[in-house]
Amino acid sequence: MSATGPSLTDSPTVTHPSGAEIIHQIKKAGVREIVALPDIVTSDGLLWPIAKDTDFRLTRICKEDEGVSICGAMSYNGTRAVLMMQQTGLMDSLNAIRAIGVDYELPIVMVVGLQGKEPHLHSKQSRSYGVRIVEPVLDAMEISHSQIEEPHDVENIAKNIDTAYQNSRPHIFLVGRAPEAP
Amino acid sequence: MSIRRDQALRALMPFVDKDDIVVAVYQTNFDWMALNPRALNYVGVGAMGQASSHGLGLALANPDRRVFVFDGDGSLLMNLGSLVTVANANVANFYHFLFANRVYEVNGSHPLPGADKVDFTGFAAAAGYLGAQEFDSLNTFSNALPSFLGAQGPQFTTLNVVAGEAYPRDYDYIHSTAARNSFRQALNQR
Repeated sequence: MSATGPSLTDSPTVTHPSGAEIIHQIKKAGVREIVALPDIVTSDGLLWPIAKDTDFRLTRICKEDEGVSICGAMSYNGTRAVLMMQQTGLMDSLNAIRAIGVDYELPIVMVVGLQGKEPHLHSKQSRSYGVRIVEPVLDAMEISHSQIEEPHDVENIAKNIDTAYQNSRPHIFLVGRAPEAP
Repeated sequence: MSIRRDQALRALMPFVDKDDIVVAVYQTNFDWMALNPRALNYVGVGAMGQASSHGLGLALANPDRRVFVFDGDGSLLMNLGSLVTVANANVANFYHFLFANRVYEVNGSHPLPGADKVDFTGFAAAAGYLGAQEFDSLNTFSNALPSFLGAQGPQFTTLNVVAGEAYPRDYDYIHSTAARNSFRQALNQR
């Protein structure tokens, strides 16, 4: 949950995805349950707006693997949920994701902020080791994932959530640029 | 004084209705499955320590059902923050039982850190559970059950137990697709 990162003052200007559009896509997929730990990348553009949105029930958790279990258990009666965290929490939750998402074949949908990622670089090119390894780790675990970086990346969010629930498998959205606040 | 685990489970059986969900772990899970096999037993939590979190997800998504969590003390130590999460979620249908034997029973019976000092009931009360109680005697526990099960959750109950009759450890079943499908089907039947 730390907020420190490299100086980006000399980085190229990039466009950012719309927080409002991401929230619209989450609702479009029928999700009304959000389970979250704060993450500085998604705080202003997603979590604060969600916290104030009465369409959602927000369950604040103390540690990320709690959320894997909560979302997995909710799915048994078809309740859809999105779990939000930072990539450090993702790394800390890998065993729960392995067991509950992959071995148990449950639809754990996660929105993960890549704290420390340079907005103009792909995560695999990041100077941050903690960012650079995220996609290779997910690939090794055979976990479906997609990026939310450019504004047009949000267009498939609802479809990816639908697919995760239809196939009863995890999907992880990696947010590499802070969404713009609605 | 301590309670035999199988006797504590037998005392609980009449109070678990057919629509209630039971999430149990390790030897308590195996004993409960043998003593009270039922489709709404949620038998696989995947990772140690996660029973309370699975129970919370079930309680939030199924507010018309009571959720019983039969937790272990070694398990709960891995997920103490969940006590705060549960209390903050205001789940009125959540009943958390801790079967405290102070050892990692299925992993060689090594002692828990701080085994003779940790106050789990105090943890739950401080976290904000609406009720937190502790029992060393089967009779006292049996007599008190109607009272705290009649109270609004989340409720936390520590049972200081010793192993009773031990039932077979069928790990293949608790992690099986068949177990999950059976639970899912029963949950969505009505």
